[in-house]
Amino acid sequence: MRKEMCTVVQNKEIAHSVYELTLSGQMAGEMDEPGQFVHIRVSDNLDPLLRRPISIAAINKDKQEYTIIFRKQGRGTSLLAEKRPGEKVDVLGPLGNGFPTGEARSGDTALLVGGGIGVPPLYELAKQLVDRGIKVISVLGFQTASAVFYEEEFSRMGETYIATADGTYGRKGFVTSILDEADIQADILYSCGPTPMLRALEAGMFAPKSFLSLEERMSCGIGACFACVCPTKNGHEGDYRKVCSDGPVFRAGEVAI
Amino acid sequence: MSLLHIDLPGLSLKNPVMPASGCFGFGKEFSQLFDLSVLGAIMVKATTPEPRFGNPTPRVAETPGGMLNAIGLQNPGLEKVMAEELPRLENYDVPIIANVAGSTEEDYVHVAQEISKAPNVHALELNISCPNVKTGGIAFGTDPEMARRLTRKVKEVSQVPVYVKLSPNVTNIVSIAKAVQEGGADGLTMINTLLGMRLDLQTAKPILANVTGGLSGAAVKPVALRMIYEVSQQVDLPIIGMGGIQSAQDVIEFFYAGASAVAVGTQNFIDPFVCPAIIEELPELVAELGYSHISECTGRSWKRNEKLAYHRA
Ligand SMILES: Cc1cc2nc3c(=O)[nH]c(=O)nc-3n(C[C@H](O)[C@H](O)[C@H](O)COP(=O)(O)OP(=O)(O)OC[C@H]3O[C@@H](n4cnc5c(N)ncnc54)[C@H](O)[C@@H]3O)c2cc1C
Ligand SMILES: Cc1cc2nc3c(=O)[nH]c(=O)nc-3n(C[C@H](O)[C@H](O)[C@H](O)COP(=O)(O)O)c2cc1C
Ligand code: FES
Repeated sequence: MRKEMCTVVQNKEIAHSVYELTLSGQMAGEMDEPGQFVHIRVSDNLDPLLRRPISIAAINKDKQEYTIIFRKQGRGTSLLAEKRPGEKVDVLGPLGNGFPTGEARSGDTALLVGGGIGVPPLYELAKQLVDRGIKVISVLGFQTASAVFYEEEFSRMGETYIATADGTYGRKGFVTSILDEADIQADILYSCGPTPMLRALEAGMFAPKSFLSLEERMSCGIGACFACVCPTKNGHEGDYRKVCSDGPVFRAGEVAI
Repeated sequence: MSLLHIDLPGLSLKNPVMPASGCFGFGKEFSQLFDLSVLGAIMVKATTPEPRFGNPTPRVAETPGGMLNAIGLQNPGLEKVMAEELPRLENYDVPIIANVAGSTEEDYVHVAQEISKAPNVHALELNISCPNVKTGGIAFGTDPEMARRLTRKVKEVSQVPVYVKLSPNVTNIVSIAKAVQEGGADGLTMINTLLGMRLDLQTAKPILANVTGGLSGAAVKPVALRMIYEVSQQVDLPIIGMGGIQSAQDVIEFFYAGASAVAVGTQNFIDPFVCPAIIEELPELVAELGYSHISECTGRSWKRNEKLAYHRA
């Protein structure tokens, strides 16, 4: 973990209101697990005050660069969308515990399920899994055709299915519509996306082992403020995990989502 | 660094800058970023007799120049704080100020009695001002009689000096300050957060699951300054000031208002290095302003001071 002024290498809109921002900085060298995140100070004045947590989507250690993909939403992400090459951005990271790639063995099949802006961290995950000889199947869900991104990138890594909620691209419906139909046998499932989707995946038992990446409003991002806690499901009353420092990735069933 | 050294009841501070309670946990996370021994002191997270889970999420919401929090005093409980959190902090050359909380008078007394025995706890901060819990907390901090009584009870059992943390959510903060002075308090810390709320544009409902939360950050600085200004002139106790501090300049402003030391809260979330940065900048700023010691700044806004008048003539 370090705080660093990272330099914008590139920032481009890759789908409607979705930006791919590449930053360079020494912290790229510390990024090991896919699914970790960075905490970005988007403005050096008082508005917005807090940092914004965004997942790491791709790591390039050789070039000391990393990429994040985000949806322009409120004030923070709108300012981030305006960053131009050469500009410096105050970043704290890498933070949290990502997807445990070691849980999949060479020859296994991993099922990656992403919803909307939860898709980005699965990209670095797919790369690392494929490098380790694991077969990757990706099922990605988006709202509508104009919001779809990285289909080609995922396709290069393995079989890829797309669903859109309004049916304007791919299969109409949700990622679960695809999972219910296509008979996918996987040894392990990794997922990131909206909470209802994660709940459906947890209930659906699509693989013997599942790991889910959660979202919660944060302030410190490093485990000091207790903003981002969620209760565990182990039956011990009052037991909890911090999404920022214990997660954001948890084994399905570990915490109540 | 001697121009920053400050002595307060129970506390020999190498500098008057410390992280505020709840904004630094028990120091573990920040120790990965810098050497905690550079800090004047550390105000650790509130401790209650039993572990507390706190409020449902979302627990934080943003507002221009500030944030609302409704953590609900989540903490691992007295036993674990004594056995794990405080001993870990013994690795650093830094006095600890333990933040004491509870639902009942007995809770406060019990925590104060036990936690004040820890070798590195040099003072207590009695949290009678948390706006985010249903029982206890702020109830003790808004009624002068309850505040006086609780302070007295805690003073009877504490092994170390007791500072009382005042709530800004009162019409007359001076009356509470006077009450805790009568109760035997050794010092004051102020201010805790201001009660506020935010609503979601789409759902029309409060953003915080707890409905209301405590406002902190730059937005509250003028309120904190005004209250320290009022209290420091009426009460003869040292004040550790806090509320929206972001820079060395802010620190001096708090001293001018009447503070003898300061704590930094919310800004640790935005810049985790803010405390060491301020500590590094302060000596130069103090000298630049023409003071030979930072303590000369305390209460300068209201103290009559011939030396200064001469100095500036
Ligand atoms: C671990 C983690 C990883 C994330 N990864 C990505 C990613 O890769 N790409 C992406 O587009 N988004 C991601 N998000 C969500 C992203 O943090 C929010 O979209 C962003 O904070 C919104 O900021 P804003 O100022 O644009 O919106 P506003 O709504 O104006 O933000 C107001 C406040 O709410 C918080 N907030 C709003 N939405 C969320 C949310 N969904 N999760 C957490 N806090 C939120 C903001 O941080 C801010 O404090 C991630 C969130 C977490 C917790
Ligand atoms: C997330 C958060 C948690 C806090 N927890 C505590 C606490 O446990 N005990 C306490 O006395 N004050 C607590 N506070 C109040 C701060 O210590 C401080 O008084 C207040 O935030 C004003 O300072 P600031 O504007 O620099 O943050 C908390 C504040 C925040 C933002
Ligand atoms: S955001 Fe502060 S503990 Fe997780």
